Amino acid sequence: MDFTLKIWRQENASAKGRFETYKVTGISSDCSFLEMLDILNQQLIDKFEIPVCFDHDCREGICGACSLYINGRPHGPDSAVTACQLHMRKFKDGDTIIVEPWRARPFPVIKDLVVDRSSFDRIIEAGGYVSINTGGVPDANTIPIPRANAETAMDAAACIGCGACVAACKNASAMLFVAAKVSQFAMLPQGRVEAKERVMRMVAKMDELGFGNCTNTGACEAECPKQISLSHIARLNREYLSARVL
Amino acid sequence: MSNILTSSIGKKLMMSLAGLFLVIFLIVHLAINLSLIIADTHEPFNKAAHFMGTNIVIKVMEIILFGGFLLHMFYGVFLQIQNWMARPKRYRKENYSQTSFFSKFMIHTAAIITVFLVIHLLDFYLKAKLFGEVPMAIYDGREYHDLGTLVINKFKIGSVVIFYIVCFMILAFHLLHGFQSAFQSLGLEHKKYTPVIRALGVIYTVFVTAGFMLIPVYIYFWM
Amino acid sequence: MTKLNARIPEGPLAEKWTSYKAGQKLVNPANKRKLDIIVVGTGLAGASAAASLGELGFNVKAFCYQDSPRRAHSIAAQGGINAAKNYPNDGDSVYRLYYDTIKGGDYRAREANVYRLAEVSGSIIDQCVAQGVPFAREYGGLLDNRSFGGAQVSRTFYARGQTGQQLLLGAYSAMMRQVNAGTVKLFPRTEMLDIVLVEGKARGIITRNLVTGKIERHFGHAVVIATGGYGRAFYLSTNAMGSNGSAVWQVYKRGALFANPSFVQIHPTCIPVHGDYQSKLTLMSESLRNDGRIWVPKKKEDVEALSEGRIVPKDIAEDDRDYYLERRYPAFGNLVPRDVASRAAKERCDAGFGVGSGLAVYLDFQESIQRLGKHVIEERYGNLFQMYEKIVDENPYETPMMIYPAIHYCMGGVWVDYELMTTIPGLFSLGECNFSDHGANRLGASALMQGLADGYFILPYTIQNYLASEILTPRMPTTLPEFGEAESHIRERLDKLMQIKGSQSVDQIHRKFGLLLWELVGMARNKEGLNKAVKEFAMLREEFWKDVRIPGGAEEMNPELEKAARVADFIETGELMARDALQREESCGGHFREEYQTPEGEASRNDDDFMFVAAWEYTGTGKEPVLHKEALHYESIKVQTRNYKI
Repeated sequence: MDFTLKIWRQENASAKGRFETYKVTGISSDCSFLEMLDILNQQLIDKFEIPVCFDHDCREGICGACSLYINGRPHGPDSAVTACQLHMRKFKDGDTIIVEPWRARPFPVIKDLVVDRSSFDRIIEAGGYVSINTGGVPDANTIPIPRANAETAMDAAACIGCGACVAACKNASAMLFVAAKVSQFAMLPQGRVEAKERVMRMVAKMDELGFGNCTNTGACEAECPKQISLSHIARLNREYLSARVL
Repeated sequence: MSNILTSSIGKKLMMSLAGLFLVIFLIVHLAINLSLIIADTHEPFNKAAHFMGTNIVIKVMEIILFGGFLLHMFYGVFLQIQNWMARPKRYRKENYSQTSFFSKFMIHTAAIITVFLVIHLLDFYLKAKLFGEVPMAIYDGREYHDLGTLVINKFKIGSVVIFYIVCFMILAFHLLHGFQSAFQSLGLEHKKYTPVIRALGVIYTVFVTAGFMLIPVYIYFWM
Repeated sequence: MTKLNARIPEGPLAEKWTSYKAGQKLVNPANKRKLDIIVVGTGLAGASAAASLGELGFNVKAFCYQDSPRRAHSIAAQGGINAAKNYPNDGDSVYRLYYDTIKGGDYRAREANVYRLAEVSGSIIDQCVAQGVPFAREYGGLLDNRSFGGAQVSRTFYARGQTGQQLLLGAYSAMMRQVNAGTVKLFPRTEMLDIVLVEGKARGIITRNLVTGKIERHFGHAVVIATGGYGRAFYLSTNAMGSNGSAVWQVYKRGALFANPSFVQIHPTCIPVHGDYQSKLTLMSESLRNDGRIWVPKKKEDVEALSEGRIVPKDIAEDDRDYYLERRYPAFGNLVPRDVASRAAKERCDAGFGVGSGLAVYLDFQESIQRLGKHVIEERYGNLFQMYEKIVDENPYETPMMIYPAIHYCMGGVWVDYELMTTIPGLFSLGECNFSDHGANRLGASALMQGLADGYFILPYTIQNYLASEILTPRMPTTLPEFGEAESHIRERLDKLMQIKGSQSVDQIHRKFGLLLWELVGMARNKEGLNKAVKEFAMLREEFWKDVRIPGGAEEMNPELEKAARVADFIETGELMARDALQREESCGGHFREEYQTPEGEASRNDDDFMFVAAWEYTGTGKEPVLHKEALHYESIKVQTRNYKI
């Protein structure tokens, strides 16, 4: 398969970026999107040019490092996958593919397609945990947890922190990311103890970092590689309002 | 720590409460309007309009209603500006995820509805309140503004009818997202009941906006 | 042999850890504040250690090369974590977990460490549940368990197919809580390039900021490396693209001993290689072997017909299928340990019965789907099946999966004593990057257990025994000549790399090296091949330093430079792996020497001559390293030939 790639190139955080056009040919349809970029980078290295920088690590859809906005969609045209799990068979031979970095004020571009997502760490730092120290905890089976609640908590906990929700949202809102963590703990008795403080601190941090506001458009849910549901945002709203009002 | 009125979720709370309040107001407004075409005379409509214009409780409600509108608009604009600021550099190719379609145009539909509101208020509300350019009618020995006649005269003009119909279609787009969105913002989400709320939202939107649209059409063609 | 004192406490096995804790030195709270600890790596071991040390009141600096500590490769572990809780009442105990681990490791692990691991395993589950890790539960609300290879009890706790992710996020959250509290300072996108020794003790590290390229110096009263394994040396592996063995290699070059480098684990259930552009292999959790049956055709005609596309797997009659694991190992069947399963797959493929490209076997769920229903299989493995389908474009509910072994984990690593301290005083090593607990083969679901045991429950104790005598050591300025020497050493190395401007990219050389390593030091090894490997790798090292091409500069974000530095270390590591495999004239666990096998093709261990840990001491690049031996003694277990047949 042959493709024309239009890729965002930017030397560093302060440089003014631009789109560059590249051609890759003879790509196998079983090739993953990132392997296709590897092939492009090999071509660039052969020509003594600077390869395209992009974040990637596990290449099996779990670390959340990849952050490519492909043809208008975070992680590209396939659903429920990250860019590393996207295969070229999802494109048509001869396609032009536009690759951009995540765009959001709290995700500044570092280089080319690499963005700084440390704001997500700041949000977790503000309260995305159960405040217990190592040791001195009760036996794991002391508190039975209804299976359905544990499953809902797991649905939320599946978040890989890639930031596709922010990238997809027209408002660059981080609500789905925050909701996933708040919701996970809200469903478990261990997390309920400090549920109020947690939700207030995490929402305050999210606002402070300059993410947009949620307008319930649902783009986050549609693009989330782990298919985290909007119902978690409703739960976040509920948790927040009950913490504030009640 | 931010407070309930300034945090992102707090602002959404305000948006949704004000929005739901306006949703209720639309039903009341529609009920009165329908009386104009259902009844044989303008009497019920004019009396209702009079009651709405003079009753002290309604006067208070009127202020709350204006407050509701202002709050909804203020927060809407405020949120939108913040949302634009959250993405200073836009994408070359915008996201086209399959989601609630109308949700992407809430600020645009809102702007049109605001323009409509201004014109609407100038046409009827302010005419009756300030300018006194309204003919009078007498029922049971008391004088009432004959707003009914004013309305009917207005809707005999084809361009006005079209303008109203277009604006209500825009309102429908706004409501199609807004109705269920308000419940989501309030955290009222449930596996069983959310589909019901969504369906109610669609029924409400169709019923209310069709009702409002029916009036000018009916007047233009049949009255 | 003074170098290798494992410092195992006296007394009966079951009481060693208790008596160690009773007798160890501690640091009082006021002094903890005065002590700095560097933790490199933020996977399960690193993050749990950083969190626990921070909670105790030490000043911790945590480093990771990823953009966030949450992305460490522990996140990719799928199947589960073992613990001797005996919740299912099926006869498990601390002793049995210890026994299975020692036996699974083919009697090449240190007994006292393994027993301690089994002892603290239960606390890990308690800790994780308290942190809000959403483990799978039964309808009664209590924790669910499943069985894993190499065990006859169900002791594996899991969170769908994402157990590693959930445990890592738990440890990451605990660490972020300490970041918020100010006790842990985080350095993401920062790679450790060298360790700094002052008067023979580990006192700091030299790092490169991966965003700016800046070389930085950091001081610590102690240094902890928890940087994982070196499996990426093989180029194709289940490890993450950035996973590397450089921290291990640098401390080895500074005097820490490297133990059992040839012990690498080959995981039997990975998606087979499908093209030369491929960058990594994807693992399918071992838990699949609970319900999947592994087979290849019995008849060569069928193999041919399959490869020509004339028939599909379903067309092959039950009698014409060779369920070779069930045939060879009736007692454990499809749940034999990983090394056994991997070798059996290779044996069938080498004999010409492989399917797909010839290097694959079937993992079939038809029987389970019929027995349990599709929904049960979907509930258990839904995300794995989806992952398989995304990659291979075949539906495993309808046609069997194709799998083949791939490099997955390194049992070998930095030599540590009972306190997890390396031969460099003040330098500790945790998790996969040390060698201690898995011997020659690791059992499934034990890596997560070891990483968290080391970080939560072992290092926070043992490091105090060392630091108690450091309370009078003030923080050292990083202007000391030792820091300067280490920094200039790194600068020279990077400059040299940048100046080569050769003709091959890092990946091209790495791929070439990886293939050689797989061929010569992979699933089956022999003397001739290993001798060849030592020579070839030395040549490849020369080639690399003459011909690698790194575009861009060193003072900016430059992934090619990062990779180059890692590959340079991998090639040298490969040399040591080959030497270690050559020296070990026996077959045990993941190390299979073709010369040492039984007539049935099973591994033939030589306990008389090789029941020791091979710890290597660096003497210079290209020079023969010195072998030190730590003899292994088993007091509480009868050493026997591993038998999964009856």
